[in-house]
Amino acid sequence: MTSLATPVESHVQAHPDNRSFIQKYIFSTDHKIIGIQFLLMSLLFLTVGGMLAMIIRWQLGYPNKPLPGGTVLPETMAPGGVILPEFYTSAVTMHGTIMVFFAIMPLLVGVFGNFLIPLKIGAPDMAFPRINMASFWVAVPAGILMIAGFFVEGGHASAGWTSYAPLSADPEYTGVTAGQRIWCVSLIVLGLSSILGSMNYITTVINMRAPGMTWFRLPLSIWALFITSILVLLAIPILSGAVIMLLFDDVLGTHFFLPAQGGQPLLWQHLFWFFGHPEVYILILPAMGFVSDILSNGARKPIFGYHSMVYALIAIGFLGWIVWGHHMFQSGMNPTLGTSFMISTMLIAVPSAIKVFNWLGTLWGGKIRFHVPMMHALAFVSMFVIGGLSGVFMASTPVDIYIHDTYFIVAHLHYVLFGGSLFAIFGAVTFWYPKMFGRMMNPTLGKIHFVLTFVFYNLVFFPMHQLGLQGHMRRIYDPTIYDFLKPLGGLNRFITISAFLLFASQLLFAYNFIVSWFRGKKAPANPWEDTGLEWTTPSPPPHGNWPATPHVHQPPYEFNSPHVKESDFLPQTQSLDAIPGRSSAGAAH
Amino acid sequence: MNPLSWMLPPSASTFAGDIDRLYYLILIITGIAFVVVQVGLVWFLIKYRDRPGRTVHYTHGSVKAEVIWTAVPTVTVVIIGLLSGRVWNQIKGRESVPENALPISILAKQFEWHVTYPGPDGVTGGSDDFTIRNQLHVPVGRAVVMSMTAEDVIHAFNVPAFRLKQDVVPGMTIRAWFQATEPGTYELGCAELCGLGHYRMRAVVTVHAQDEYDQWMRTARQTTAQR
Amino acid sequence: MAHASHALDRDMMLPPAEAETGSGVYTEKLGMWIFLLSEVMFFTALIGSYLILRVSKPDGWAAPNQILNVPVTAVNTFILICSSVTMVKAYAAAADGNQAKLKLWLVATVLIGATFVGVQVFEYNQLIHHGLVPGGFVAGRELAEAAASGAAFKGGPALPTSGGLYGSTFYTMTGFHGFHVTMGVICMIFVTFKAFQGKYTATDHRGVEVIGLYWHFVDLVWIILFTIVYLI
Repeated sequence: MTSLATPVESHVQAHPDNRSFIQKYIFSTDHKIIGIQFLLMSLLFLTVGGMLAMIIRWQLGYPNKPLPGGTVLPETMAPGGVILPEFYTSAVTMHGTIMVFFAIMPLLVGVFGNFLIPLKIGAPDMAFPRINMASFWVAVPAGILMIAGFFVEGGHASAGWTSYAPLSADPEYTGVTAGQRIWCVSLIVLGLSSILGSMNYITTVINMRAPGMTWFRLPLSIWALFITSILVLLAIPILSGAVIMLLFDDVLGTHFFLPAQGGQPLLWQHLFWFFGHPEVYILILPAMGFVSDILSNGARKPIFGYHSMVYALIAIGFLGWIVWGHHMFQSGMNPTLGTSFMISTMLIAVPSAIKVFNWLGTLWGGKIRFHVPMMHALAFVSMFVIGGLSGVFMASTPVDIYIHDTYFIVAHLHYVLFGGSLFAIFGAVTFWYPKMFGRMMNPTLGKIHFVLTFVFYNLVFFPMHQLGLQGHMRRIYDPTIYDFLKPLGGLNRFITISAFLLFASQLLFAYNFIVSWFRGKKAPANPWEDTGLEWTTPSPPPHGNWPATPHVHQPPYEFNSPHVKESDFLPQTQSLDAIPGRSSAGAAH
Repeated sequence: MNPLSWMLPPSASTFAGDIDRLYYLILIITGIAFVVVQVGLVWFLIKYRDRPGRTVHYTHGSVKAEVIWTAVPTVTVVIIGLLSGRVWNQIKGRESVPENALPISILAKQFEWHVTYPGPDGVTGGSDDFTIRNQLHVPVGRAVVMSMTAEDVIHAFNVPAFRLKQDVVPGMTIRAWFQATEPGTYELGCAELCGLGHYRMRAVVTVHAQDEYDQWMRTARQTTAQR
Repeated sequence: MAHASHALDRDMMLPPAEAETGSGVYTEKLGMWIFLLSEVMFFTALIGSYLILRVSKPDGWAAPNQILNVPVTAVNTFILICSSVTMVKAYAAAADGNQAKLKLWLVATVLIGATFVGVQVFEYNQLIHHGLVPGGFVAGRELAEAAASGAAFKGGPALPTSGGLYGSTFYTMTGFHGFHVTMGVICMIFVTFKAFQGKYTATDHRGVEVIGLYWHFVDLVWIILFTIVYLI
């Protein structure tokens, strides 16, 4: 397929690059390098989070049996390889904490916010490159601290990733002292990193779009990252405040959440979920944005309903602030409040449904290429639908009475966070890998990884709906204590075996990622024949991205445009007047 | 009971039926949506796959389609919401506790349930009350209202067979009610992570026929009086 | 008109980029406004929690003058407001290109800001001496004894028995405000140094305006805190 714009293949730079290795790759202010730094850090934490999941699954599948190879674990965690309730409860807590804060959030926002925003809007870098660097290097100690918590006396935090007070506010209740405090401090530090980052992304998108890149010519990935950044900016400080108050209750003797002198346990929940619900939209919105970009590319068709998609993102971002009470229906808060939260929660299903239908509309009438990113994007749509539909059950307050704190919830959250966000991340990493590293990931390995992950993923999480419907509670170390849960041992074992196979399948992705970096096929500037600005510069782009500021003439996603017969895609930088061999006066809109 | 079933396990309380019916309604609606979307997705992938000679139907969207797929989900969720709101008020509404419900006090603590029964005066809070650990005895066909609080951390009173779940919070006294419909024994578990022993914070709920209950109550009061 | 040459942060290796019309203000100013939004949310969490706790348990609070030194803090509030005035004057001097006045008013702002923090530290010392700490009243000291006696105290009703909520909210809110003022003073010193190096001109004094925005914000938060903690 011929392309129109002549990509800049040569390394044209205005000045010679005299930066040292440390300036270029360690304390770099280049958004692309910082994005890759976040990528490496997050993938490491994703692995740790996955290993913690294996601990959880082992105990649930084979209660009180020694974990194979478990004797490497210390006596305080698993004597003779048998997982202790202490370790199990902190594994459950840390799996959630690490996956949410150190894997998914940085993968979506830290990696792609950094890497894509300047490239896709036509800017040479972020608004504040040094603050950008600070944002990464503040996240690193937060991560180190969080890992350190596993090695302190008393073990790591064990009050759930939601850390409800008073359980989390007084070491007397969990037996955990330093671990919970480390959890608090680490999140406060990470919060600072997130706030600096989001401030940077928002400022960059507002003030540094290249000429011609109007708001309604931004790709949906950028719209999603922009709205997500606003959510991060406004929600994370609430978490910071709450965690500070929790830490003070623990170490300073304050009484915010301890009832003895008038504190309110429910205050913690309101604060946490007022942050927590926007947080889960932070964990899905960028994924939706990437999926839009990839689906349109794979279908070779414009995204269906671009404006509706933008408004839906805005609606989700806005409504996400007024649904937090749906995590607290059974908390003892006023039932009337419960009803009002149910209404807003039911309504937030609508913009998500709109997006799903528009993705289907994008596929309709297309000419679909099943490259690896496309497979992951399609899986996102399919799995997100399941996750979204399961949400309707819990939005109904009476049904929630039954399914709250059961595995039905665990199924729902994993369908949106893994089936949704993680598949989108796999797709986005594969899609933008050539731009990041100058090489392609191996497509055969990619396809095998996709199929295995998709199959095992569903075998792990779909039956959790059933577990929940039978009443299986969350966060319990040994379900066999309850007679009504004894018959579910076989299902738990099946899920565990599938989970181990799922984890093992990720080795393919890890291998592909690492080996392709050194031995992957060299990537051209635009391997996916895409319309975005990032594909008009070499893979990887030079420092500064372009020798001169690009000018934008087209909306995004102009695939198979009737204005253009020479190629099946029209880059955003391509003026219709300047198509080689043509003298038509096609107007860009 | 087939663990892979979408059917709910048997229940034994008056409002369980309302909850279960709502669940099945949502199951049907979401089931239809699920089938339509997934089948549509697969069909499009097959029909519109890249083949030589395929032309793309270039379009930016359709306002009519947007209106339809905005209106239909909105109407659907509003209906589900209205039906749910009604049932919610009947179960958890502050005014929903039936008259003449039998009062019981529950104290949740790490890691057991203390159940306080009224003495002969018929109300809790008196010196003639007695407390038993991890056993909740109630008569069939009679509403029971529990005043619940916790001593230390947040727990959750959870009897799946009654479709009843209520967080129990230290510093608050929360009321929850139910009316059992079938004699038998059922399990009560904690449904809010409350520490290391959370997984074994189990109690037994025994629903008695009325005369059996009266017998049990007499014996229990005697035993307490003797202590 | 938006331009992208940021003397503070721009990579001098790269040419300045042209841009589509954005916010209409220069990037550093936009960045500070956006950062301040996050600060609004942070103080909302603290102040919101205070309001919820206080409304839910009105008997957990004392009248401000029973525990706090309202007159001294009122003067301190005036002092902080003065520092906002000097900040405005510094900005005006920078815009005029008046280097002498710029240095003068920046130094004044630093000194007055530091004074505010100093008075706050003094206040904390006094309160701890009287027996108010974040956890409440310290057993054996004046406030705890007064609360235990149940008697009227300093022209108001009896003190709350424990003072736990009072101490928790007072120290957390004012403490974090004080921390933000301290950070502001440190940044202000940095800006003052740059002013002495002649780095700010009539056509480019972005650093002065940006620190000014932060300073006024911190002042505004104090006015709110003073009202709801010391006056009500």
